[in-house]
Amino acid sequence: MSGAYPRRVVITGIGVTAPGGVGVKSFWNTLSGGHTATRRITFFDPSPFRSQVAAEVDFDAELLGLSAQEIRRMDRAAQFAVVTARDAVADSGLEFTALDPHRTGVTIGSAVGATMGLDQEYRTVSDSGRLDLVDHTYAVPHLYNHLVPSSFAAEVAWAVGAEGPATVVSTGCTSGLDAVGYAADLIREGSADVMVAGATDAPISPITVACFDAIKATTPRNDDPEHASRPFDGTRNGFVLGEGAAVFVLEELGSARRRGAHVYAEIAGYATRSNAFHMTGLRPDGREMAEAIRVALDEARLDPEAVDYVNAHGSGTKQNDRHETAAFKRSLGEHAYAVPVSSIKSMVGHSLGAIGAIEIAASTLAMEHGVVPPTANLHTPDPECDLDYVPVTAREWPTDAVLSVGSGFGGFQSAMVLARPDRRNA
Amino acid sequence: MPAHEFTLEDLKRILREGAGADEGVDLDGDILDTDFGSLGYESLALLETGGRIEREFGITLDDETLTDAATPRSLLEAVNALLVPAEVG
Amino acid sequence: MSATGVRAAVTGLGVVAPNGLGTETYWTATRKGISGIGRITRFVPDQYPAQLAGEIDGFDAAEHLPGRLLPQTDRMTQLALVAADWAFQDAAVRPEDLPGFEMGVITASSSGGFAFGQRELQALWSKGSRYVSAYQSFAWFYAVNSGQISIRNGMRGPSGVVVSDQAGGLDAIAQARRQLRKGTRLVMAGAVDASICPWGWVAQMASNRLSVGRDPERAYLPFDDAAAGHVPGEGGALLVMEDLEQARARGARIYGEVAGYGATLDPRPGSGRPPGLRKAVELALADAGASPGDIDVVFADAAALPDLDRIETETITAVFGARAVPVTAPKTMTGRLYSGAAPLDLAAAFLAMRDEVIPPSVGVTPSPGHDLDLVVDRERPAPVRSALVLARGHGGFNSAAVVRAV
Repeated sequence: MSGAYPRRVVITGIGVTAPGGVGVKSFWNTLSGGHTATRRITFFDPSPFRSQVAAEVDFDAELLGLSAQEIRRMDRAAQFAVVTARDAVADSGLEFTALDPHRTGVTIGSAVGATMGLDQEYRTVSDSGRLDLVDHTYAVPHLYNHLVPSSFAAEVAWAVGAEGPATVVSTGCTSGLDAVGYAADLIREGSADVMVAGATDAPISPITVACFDAIKATTPRNDDPEHASRPFDGTRNGFVLGEGAAVFVLEELGSARRRGAHVYAEIAGYATRSNAFHMTGLRPDGREMAEAIRVALDEARLDPEAVDYVNAHGSGTKQNDRHETAAFKRSLGEHAYAVPVSSIKSMVGHSLGAIGAIEIAASTLAMEHGVVPPTANLHTPDPECDLDYVPVTAREWPTDAVLSVGSGFGGFQSAMVLARPDRRNA
Repeated sequence: MPAHEFTLEDLKRILREGAGADEGVDLDGDILDTDFGSLGYESLALLETGGRIEREFGITLDDETLTDAATPRSLLEAVNALLVPAEVG
Repeated sequence: MSATGVRAAVTGLGVVAPNGLGTETYWTATRKGISGIGRITRFVPDQYPAQLAGEIDGFDAAEHLPGRLLPQTDRMTQLALVAADWAFQDAAVRPEDLPGFEMGVITASSSGGFAFGQRELQALWSKGSRYVSAYQSFAWFYAVNSGQISIRNGMRGPSGVVVSDQAGGLDAIAQARRQLRKGTRLVMAGAVDASICPWGWVAQMASNRLSVGRDPERAYLPFDDAAAGHVPGEGGALLVMEDLEQARARGARIYGEVAGYGATLDPRPGSGRPPGLRKAVELALADAGASPGDIDVVFADAAALPDLDRIETETITAVFGARAVPVTAPKTMTGRLYSGAAPLDLAAAFLAMRDEVIPPSVGVTPSPGHDLDLVVDRERPAPVRSALVLARGHGGFNSAAVVRAV
């Protein structure tokens, strides 16, 4: 037996809750059609804010099967996670009640946890900031679930009947990639057989919008919300906040095959590195992201040339787009110029920790359909971003291996390689 | 009420409050033409500083002002250029 | 040798605790049974039912950290940065001497930088969005300690952050061991939490698990008939973890190894299925290749709530037998430090091995209903070769770790 981890991990179920429509089908329609789901913020009056656009999910928790009590005790991000996890489980066709619950685990990524609920509850207990000593008699009983977002993992586990290792992974904007990578490791090392893993965030609240305003990270293009997210375009001027969730059922390859499951993709390689540079800044050379890519490809035993599609972080800040482009060149060499690269944030916005998981879903669906989603709103390329970013229109493109990357505050740089199981040079 | 003038002392106070001070830098030395990077302030610190200046002096800085103002002198000039009309008006 | 043969040695400890700032100060106080629990001083707690906390006194971040870092960090992060510095010093490692990609940081968090968050929320709602700090975008979030520690120390290897309420500290240690097995040379791992601010306090009270006792000596009483909730505290510990062989090769002083780990989540409330703590313990023992008889002391989670205490006692007696292993809860001297609690217990376990002594639980009159050999009030001399540390979190998180001498 070679290598530390002989067990291979595959995705057999997908659930997505994203701007543009709940469910995998509407999600793929959004992406493959190049439709943008960004709009003027409707959750609150955005007029005092610098950036007034976001990609919101039209989400009816009750319609999607959550009970009145579940809705009351869960933050919107937790609601996303539970609804999306149920979809993933249904899609997998796996009979969870027949599993050993201690061999089934949950890993949920989230960058900012229950920030929406905390924002609302703070406003109440402080009487809109009037009270330093906030009034506990106005606190809702489930406030602790907002305080500590591991409640999201517990809620998902309860919903699917998992009693194995459960945790939230919170590494800022790489949380989604890191949560799925963490879960895959648990299966590989033998700590679990099945993991329900993904990420969720619902950050469109005044405090989040205000904090990104303060660092001018989000776009002020308020007059044209539908075209506000412009990764790799010379006119881009910041990201568009989004929300949503994607959750997967991960299994060991052998058992997935034995039960005749539909295997979407293998999680063939994953790595994370830190830039140890700055909490929000990126070094332009992309060295740490390149290193994460190199290690992920190495774990997948794939050459850079085997990558058919790169799902970029592509947030639409000048700093990111250039950093990432440098990282691709550094890690993929000449192949960086040949491989299609795109950012779905152009359509569904940047849902912080959730987006990494949503992008894994997009990557997997790209393999499934043989279609690469486009970078919407890319009309006038930044001369310093000179790769093939699949502008505006989706492209039919047979895809057996995808590289998906993320980059986030705190300096985290993560990379995941998804591949058809039979594609891998084992 | 907008202040009359944004002085170097104002800037130093705001820098210290909002972004702290690098132990290796003497803010009370001759810093007018030293670039912010050499003073230990990166873009994030300048964004925090800019936000505080905007609030205290009741002005709105263009996105470019902070990125273009490489030194305390250039930032003082940019801020004071905005303060003059407010004083007159 | 396969990478799974890598053993995870602990070579450095950095402790920030209510009863002692710095490892030796903490350990001396802990052995003597000196508590850091008292009436809250950070704000005036008169209006709240719960008024006691384990606060860290005498911590002046400016004495330890660069001035540029102070405005952009919550107290939690300041404490964590200092704990990391001390852990490196204790391990005799200068991070600048090691290649950046060979060092990672894995921390747990429970509530992030909540005091920082309260200040900015107040600015937002009382003054307006323009008053929110540029640092709010990261200073409160759960990943901040890992990010700031990696930046301060040039650690570019695999880093991460887990949140599993008060069990998360052990999950971080386990993830660090995983990264060592994948080939990372050194990982700084553990957790520091600090959310003693009015907003954090009100959110914690909502758990209905806080003690409303007013007597610091009789407020947090696990396994006692008077158990009625816990006292929250602030602080935690960071541990330098290294590949054992490489640690030996550099001649490092080795506290011991993280030999076993297991984690479960309790079933959905009302399911009728049994709680998962016992399974977590069994997994950790099996992972360590240890039998119950190998364990010399159990550091209990010590929830101080009758139901949770009962589950823990049943777990310990089922695995080890009645009164078959010494059990202790030094967190009775610090309060529960949320994600920081379990790493601090790990530090105590390694120090117990070093000094051949089991630190006490204080203030507790063990209930006859708990068939435990609880070490109370005075330390107990005993050779400690192997220890089990338990940690549980709100929502049913159970984690267990086995540490042992090498």
